[in-house]
Amino acid sequence: MTDISTPQVKPDFMRFVRSNIRDYALLLSLLAIMVFFQFNTHGTLFRPVNMTNILLQNSYIVVMALGMLLVIVAGHIDLSVGSVSGFIGALAAVLMTGTSPNPDLFTIPKFDFVTASIICLGVGAAIGAIQGYFIAYYKIPAFIVTLAGMLIFKGLALSVLGGASVGPLPATFQLLSTGFLTDVFDVQLLGAPFNLLALLIGTLITAALIYFNFKERRSQLQHGLAEEPEAIFYGRNLLIAVALIGFSFIMGQYKGLPNVLIVMFALIALFVFITTRTTFGRRIYAMGGNEKAAKLSGVNTERLTFWIFTIMGALAALGGLIFAARLNVATPKAGAGFELEVIAACFIGGAAVTGGVGKIVGAVIGAFIIGVMNNGMSIMGIGIDWQFVIKGAVLLFAVFLDVKFKNRG
Amino acid sequence: MQPILEMRGITKTFPGVNALSDVDINVRPAEILAVVGENGAGKSTLMKVLSGVYPHGTYSGGIYYEGVERKFNKISDSEDLGIIIIHQELALVPLLSIAENIFLGHEPAKLGVINWFEAFARTKELLKKVGLNEHPNTLITNLGTGKQQLVEIAKALNKKVKLLILDEPTSSLNETDSNALLALLMEFREQGISSIMISHKLNEISKVADRITVLRDGMTVDTLDCHAEKISEDRIIKAMVGRELTDRFPPRNAKIGEPIFEVKNWSCYHPLHADRQMIKNVDLHVKRGEVVGIAGLMGAGRTELAMSIFGRSYGQKISGNILINGKPVDVSTIPKAMDAGLAYATEDRKTYGLVLIDHIKHNITLANLDGVAKYSVVDDLVELAVANKYRRDLGIRCSSVFQTTVNLSGGNQQKVVLSKWLFSGPDVLILDEPTRGIDVGAKYEIYGIINQLAEAGKAVIVISSEMAELLGVADRIYVMNEGKFVAEMPAKEASQEKIMRAIMKSWGKAND
Ligand SMILES: Nc1ncnc2c1ncn2[C@@H]1O[C@H](COP(=O)(O)OP(=O)(O)OP(=O)(O)O)[C@@H](O)[C@H]1O
Ligand SMILES: [Mg+2]
Repeated sequence: MTDISTPQVKPDFMRFVRSNIRDYALLLSLLAIMVFFQFNTHGTLFRPVNMTNILLQNSYIVVMALGMLLVIVAGHIDLSVGSVSGFIGALAAVLMTGTSPNPDLFTIPKFDFVTASIICLGVGAAIGAIQGYFIAYYKIPAFIVTLAGMLIFKGLALSVLGGASVGPLPATFQLLSTGFLTDVFDVQLLGAPFNLLALLIGTLITAALIYFNFKERRSQLQHGLAEEPEAIFYGRNLLIAVALIGFSFIMGQYKGLPNVLIVMFALIALFVFITTRTTFGRRIYAMGGNEKAAKLSGVNTERLTFWIFTIMGALAALGGLIFAARLNVATPKAGAGFELEVIAACFIGGAAVTGGVGKIVGAVIGAFIIGVMNNGMSIMGIGIDWQFVIKGAVLLFAVFLDVKFKNRG
Repeated sequence: MQPILEMRGITKTFPGVNALSDVDINVRPAEILAVVGENGAGKSTLMKVLSGVYPHGTYSGGIYYEGVERKFNKISDSEDLGIIIIHQELALVPLLSIAENIFLGHEPAKLGVINWFEAFARTKELLKKVGLNEHPNTLITNLGTGKQQLVEIAKALNKKVKLLILDEPTSSLNETDSNALLALLMEFREQGISSIMISHKLNEISKVADRITVLRDGMTVDTLDCHAEKISEDRIIKAMVGRELTDRFPPRNAKIGEPIFEVKNWSCYHPLHADRQMIKNVDLHVKRGEVVGIAGLMGAGRTELAMSIFGRSYGQKISGNILINGKPVDVSTIPKAMDAGLAYATEDRKTYGLVLIDHIKHNITLANLDGVAKYSVVDDLVELAVANKYRRDLGIRCSSVFQTTVNLSGGNQQKVVLSKWLFSGPDVLILDEPTRGIDVGAKYEIYGIINQLAEAGKAVIVISSEMAELLGVADRIYVMNEGKFVAEMPAKEASQEKIMRAIMKSWGKAND
């Protein structure tokens, strides 16, 4: 056999940092942005109430970004998610309140919120499936199909609501976005009630995460695969621990952990798992990287695309439900412009327009970068006009850095 | 004689790899210098350094051209001085015409308005020089690879070439086209143009080269002067691999059984032109333990035949039957074909073979992810073991299996594609130009693998434009021309002349 040992340069600290620079840059940007606003809002940003607010305000963007990341990695785009989430919010309101848009013609029975929510998620998935069907099996570019979808569901949302706002929604449903995990302890901290459960759950999650990290590290070491320098590994885990426990501590000082945060975390964990560990995820990356090669390797690219859009539809619906529950009313304008923030989150998070590249965690961080900026700029009293300008510039800058780093290879 | 080009002490490293270390080469005026070496030896990298693809400062060492030290920062710097490179993978725009491609970026224009009359006239001249009989308006997609290669050379001539660099120019050409190209190089030599030619086809090198520089593991190991002594192919191989290689083909003792793969009355039409029949009533069978070759010229329809069989991945209005072990099977989609035990390793590794932005490990397991997964969850360690096994078995030269495939040398990319299909565990393996761009040593390994598969009772079909290869590995050879099988012969009785004669005899008759 020919000798395959290529002269190897020993893996070293700087080289590792350089090859992962995108990930670090992203995380550091989020931190820098947070610190920046912490100062410029005179310490408002990190206040428990405000942190809770940032989470609630962004939960639906994060949820939709999870699906969008799959779509973008697959080499597509979905412009319809804003309209679809608005439409689903409207549908939910109509079903839960039993409001007919045209009472003279027909009436709508009043559904309990669980049934209504399930119907809504189903409708969302079906919408995604229909769009995915055209994209996958008729090869119509996703840009066109979802642009059409954007218009169609914008119209349908208006029509379902009869042009008016519908509300209020059942109180139990609102809990999805406004409720918190009830504390089981009764603790005081510095004379104020403290939600010990939040801190406890935060610590548990941290412990679990670190446990798995160490377990993986051990198996990597055993197989001589550990590329990450020791210092970075420990530093990274320390950072995770500080951030998560610190975060749950802050949350504990207000009302604790919001229900929607639990939903969000569960979904993030699920999607990280799907994208990094399953054959389904692997095939998405392969398809986005080279569709022809993936197809010739037996990947059923049509079916894969179809499912990706179906998932996206369901997540858009969930986003719509969360948003409606948060506002306690469905308005014809709900969802407008969400698609822009969701797409921007993915690209800021490092996904490539050409497909095949992108990480769930990146998209989530991207969503929070936008979220923190929205929040911070509002507190600082920057007008909505300049907020758009600044967000646009940040998006361009992030992608510019991407391209620059890639060209240097 | 003062050399036209000298490269001294060139060292180039990539993260994790020393691609070149302290390489010296020189080229004299009006000579053909062949550069040879195993896959990953650094040949393409050296040429990229020379032509400015890797700018000055990203490598160490000096380039002296026409007696002056040069520091190229971009490709056009070297082009301006008459150094033109034609890369391993052709770089023409498929949907533009010949003339448009030749003048791309150098259009004869006044105030931004292109003078197409002049462009056409000059294109015609250039095409005549390279011996290509095509209209300047013809689109590149409508040309075969051989002709595209000639267009590349015409393009080079248009830029007043003094030193022409060809990276594996004949790897996808058939014998006739290759010979035409080599003749052209010799003609250039008469006119005072020097060439550097990289090739794995040693017979061609012996034919045209004045000197041969051999690279191994990123170092110059030898430069042989073909005029001072007679250089045999074995001598070159020895310098390349560092040891004797007595046989080009591993010994084969075939135990041939009953037919396990049969294609009956197979027809297929062009995907865009529904009235153009590409495959005409082809019958084919492979017996257990047998290696079957399909010979033919470029454009004979061999790839189209294979792809239309493999899950209808080519063409339309496909008809015919496929039998495996005597039973009809459904191969109407790629997953179904794979389930039936088929595998097809493409000839076009960049477009159809690899996910270039992904690393070796992921590429190798892509066609058989379930083989490294439990309940659809991929087991990283199992996957890693699989990837490393194939890296070892096929001698894939890389820093690790986590190296991105786009950064692999051409031959090593080919090995990754092969690994992928070997891992899919097929019963019927169709290999389309399996050794294109692969060095002699690795070819031997691949033939060995083909033999092993056959011995394990699989059916192997090898499509190749290198007749010597087919004669060496196959037990039986079909000859294809213009979409039809025009002859069939046992390899023992076959010869290059017989195959060519069968093709010649069939010309024009194919449409009866
Ligand atoms: N951009 C890159 N990044 C990392 N490694 C690279 C890069 N380009 C080339 N290499 C490595 O450099 C070595 C030399 O590659 P090169 O393409 O020059 O080989 P070659 O002699 O042309 O081989 P072949 O005959 O297969 O074409 C290989 O090990 C390859 O993996
Ligand atoms: Mg090469």
